[in-house]
Amino acid sequence: MTVATGERAGAVHVSGELLDTKRIGAFRHLTVVAPGVPERFRPGNFVAISLGDSSFLARRSYWVHRVRPVGGYGAAIQLVVDPNGVGGAWLAGLPAGSRIKVTGPLGRPFALPKEPVSCLLVGEGYSAAPLFPLAERLRERGCAVTMVVAGADEAHLLSSLEARRSVRAVTVVTADGSVGQKGRVAGVIEEALARSQAEVVYAAGPHDTLHAVAAAAEAHGAWSQTAVEVPQPCATGLCHGCPVPVVGEDGVARVARACSDGPVLRGDRVRWGDLG
Amino acid sequence: MTVELAGLTLANPLLVASGCGGTGRELVPCLGEQGLAALGGFVTRSITLDARAGGPAPRVVETPSGLLHATGLPNPGIDLFLATELPWLARQDTRVVVSVAGRTIGEYAELARRLGRSPGLAAIEVNVDALETGSGEPFQAASVVAAVKRDLPRGLPVLVKIRPDLVRVVETVRVVLEAGADAVVVGTAQPAALPDGRPAGLSGPAVRPLALRCVTEVCAAFPAAQVVGGGGIATAADARSFLAAGAVAVQVGAALLHDPTTAARLAADLTQELV
Repeated sequence: MTVATGERAGAVHVSGELLDTKRIGAFRHLTVVAPGVPERFRPGNFVAISLGDSSFLARRSYWVHRVRPVGGYGAAIQLVVDPNGVGGAWLAGLPAGSRIKVTGPLGRPFALPKEPVSCLLVGEGYSAAPLFPLAERLRERGCAVTMVVAGADEAHLLSSLEARRSVRAVTVVTADGSVGQKGRVAGVIEEALARSQAEVVYAAGPHDTLHAVAAAAEAHGAWSQTAVEVPQPCATGLCHGCPVPVVGEDGVARVARACSDGPVLRGDRVRWGDLG
Repeated sequence: MTVELAGLTLANPLLVASGCGGTGRELVPCLGEQGLAALGGFVTRSITLDARAGGPAPRVVETPSGLLHATGLPNPGIDLFLATELPWLARQDTRVVVSVAGRTIGEYAELARRLGRSPGLAAIEVNVDALETGSGEPFQAASVVAAVKRDLPRGLPVLVKIRPDLVRVVETVRVVLEAGADAVVVGTAQPAALPDGRPAGLSGPAVRPLALRCVTEVCAAFPAAQVVGGGGIATAADARSFLAAGAVAVQVGAALLHDPTTAARLAADLTQELV
């Protein structure tokens, strides 16, 4: 089985319109009309947003959670925003109708298997966002898709109801046991891998979760694709400010840029122990 | 309308500052149809003799109206740069200025020798701040410039990037000009520290008035000198204030990290201005 390498899609820089903003659990879901972005989007891409207050210079990156048609607008992108921190609080507080500077789609997307193999998708918190469009894409290719959706509690869990509609089986895990199994991803990944017989594992979440998934995948002889989240000051490959320690194909330790060499990287290529 | 800088003809007075344009390829989609040809010139990130992986995270940290950066100069080293990056840059129909950084004066000289034998670059920009000892000392900067000039096999112009430190900037410019610099770039990042105490540079609008003051003083002290101004330029009005102070050209850097389309906008605006 081969995994197609990710291709770089051209990004556009547009003034987007915030069409709709709604709170779901602990997160805020934003629907943004950003012409040119939906057409170029592939699962695993992200967008970079400039804050309205130009004294904040670093950009904020958000996974594209969904592309959906919007009457009269063509298509819009949906983002999941954790309303913490300067950027998240600002975005979450914007009223519908606001203009937002958006660059995207950016980054290397998830590589898709060429054959219809069994795939396991593991996501935690808001970071699970890019796995939903990925699940649809994999299903279109005839892959059997199993999903693990995790979060601190029910409020920090992305819509598992929806996931249940699009994939074969969903395991829900919360740290406090408020819904689904009580525990962490690391505690259920072995069983999920064994049950799904997955050949490819896709993961999106905090670094320790990605590390656990990548290690388990390797132990099972599965490929893993991890969506690595680090702050990306420019998000466009210019500043070298988003280092991710990796090992090259040649076995040599290198430092990749999350925004342009990633953010989706092979789990067995990331030096997790060196990633702060 | 074009501008003359150190014997080079630039399509317009806008250069992308070192370290803010990636390898150049990342900037292309943000520059419109012309690509890098839209720029007066492109300054590469600083290239060192050996490959450098760069420093630990965080490397770039936001601070009000500025960015603190301590990247550790990640670059592939001169050999790989000459083999993989410069040939592409040379085909882009812009003035390619290669920024060089060394730990010692000897390393700068070696970099100059290697670059002097390579086709495709228009000039060298010396990043004197990378010196392991005596960085910021005017006489050290002059020694680096003298070594680079001596070892350049052909008449490649040498630009020297100087820290906009008001106390020493005029003296530093005087000695590097005496040492043979063809132009000076006033607008390196201000020395600062990351929240964890590591040394860093501060760039962005926060430093613009400081840099403008330094450019003004340098241009007044050396009316015949070729001065490139930079530091926090984000709008065409910012750029014009540096040109009005006497700069021949300007560099835009940190603004690209916030909005990568800034360079194309400024270049178009400044080109119009000159016509």
